[in-house]
Amino acid sequence: MKLNGRKICAGKAEGEALVTSQGISFYGGVDPNSGVVVEKGHELEGKSIAGKVLVFPQGKGSTVGSYTMYRLKKNGKAPAAIINKECETIVAVGAIISEIPCVDKIDISQIKSSQRVKVDAVDGIVEVL
Amino acid sequence: MLAGKKGNAVKKSMEILVALGEIFGAKRLIDVASVQVAGVSYHNLGDAGLEFLEELAKDGKVRVLTTLNPAGMDLENWKNLGISPEFAEKQKKVIDAFEKLGIVTTCTCTPYFVGNFPRFGEHIAWSESSAVAFSNSVIGAFTNKEGGPSALAAALTGKTPEYGLHLKENRQAQVLVKVKAKLESTRDFGALGHAIGKKIGGKIPLIKGVKKASIEELKTFSASIATYGGTGLYHIAGITPAKTSTPKEEFLVTEDDLEAAKAALNDAVEGEIDLVAVGCPHCSIKELQKLARLLNGKKVKKETWICVARPVKSIADKMGYSKTIEDSGAKFACDTCMAVAPLKGRFKGLATDSAKGCFYGRGSNSFKTKFCTLEECIKEATQ
Repeated sequence: MKLNGRKICAGKAEGEALVTSQGISFYGGVDPNSGVVVEKGHELEGKSIAGKVLVFPQGKGSTVGSYTMYRLKKNGKAPAAIINKECETIVAVGAIISEIPCVDKIDISQIKSSQRVKVDAVDGIVEVL
Repeated sequence: MLAGKKGNAVKKSMEILVALGEIFGAKRLIDVASVQVAGVSYHNLGDAGLEFLEELAKDGKVRVLTTLNPAGMDLENWKNLGISPEFAEKQKKVIDAFEKLGIVTTCTCTPYFVGNFPRFGEHIAWSESSAVAFSNSVIGAFTNKEGGPSALAAALTGKTPEYGLHLKENRQAQVLVKVKAKLESTRDFGALGHAIGKKIGGKIPLIKGVKKASIEELKTFSASIATYGGTGLYHIAGITPAKTSTPKEEFLVTEDDLEAAKAALNDAVEGEIDLVAVGCPHCSIKELQKLARLLNGKKVKKETWICVARPVKSIADKMGYSKTIEDSGAKFACDTCMAVAPLKGRFKGLATDSAKGCFYGRGSNSFKTKFCTLEECIKEATQ
């Protein structure tokens, strides 16, 4: 299945999907050293986003979150790619400075956790394998 | 710029600006006159953030006047404020990277007190929500609420995508707020920002019924409405300079609403306060004058911080206010404040005249808070 979206940060990646219907706040919500989601009560609480194709509707919270994404990348705990329903400033800027492939305007309800997903963020195409 | 001919820092910056422009449907990039950069405390940046800034500083230089938000410590007097040498070393490296980029390293949330003062109608790219609300509303400059990296990108290119509050049609009031309450102190204006912000969220209000407001009161109101609501712009009839149409949707704010806002920010019980901090946003020279008068001949019995931009303190040094304040045992916290310094675990209860200060005291530092007037803060400190 192929889904068409919009390029936010160019790049290509393939990996296992980790999907949530909730927004993610990288600052305060994800531990920059381990890549584990620490926001209390979040659907992904306790799960690691490291190396995953992270699928969520959009970012939320403090703009410092862009730097948290950069810290994740430097620590080798960043997601392989990011798929959003509607990307906002924090995640867009974080993806660009961290060079994480990122696309949005994707119908994320079509993707389920642990499916293998190929992200072509150059042309904005997501393929569920 | 985008192709990388002007270096890596400019290329990265253009990528950020173009992506934001596309997301928000901007038609073009426009020139900005000045930038205010947030994301300065090492507490928030960590090593990776520091590395990012050092990478940018390799070949990046700002193209417009750029000033900095507060850092995680007083850059000179950090020992006296209980900051560890390890933290201080990292924080200094952050500041060095900003300086290498050509940024004026004043470290304040009140850039308009230290020479970064835009004119009415001028396009700027500022972060720091209180300064954004102040510059858009009180001065009438045009800026979106930038984050740290997007503000840096604007500084390194001198440009920002034209969307949101850069467009006149997006600056009209969306909700009418009628105020029927006495406003007599910065605390009252902080409470008003809390009451309105909670109700309107990110909408732009036209506020009627405010008869007078000092710059200090507008400074604290800007911080409060941005913290508890999220708007980057407000209009106050007869006080702020921009013209706006009058919206149909309206609500009333009364004395009861202000009392409720004050009560919501008071959860400390008797004897729980061990930190008194004023200057969120940073104190004006008028506030330092008043503090010197209030503290004259007194001794503080609790840790007391006066948060201020260093250039404003140097005026107070010259006038002798600083000596009077320091003779009381109160400490100046230049370049920093209680919201961004690493204070968690060091104190239990914070007394402050800032509604915004209460939010960060609770959130980042898990303090109980007491929301006071400036006079009550000093009374709390000296008793």
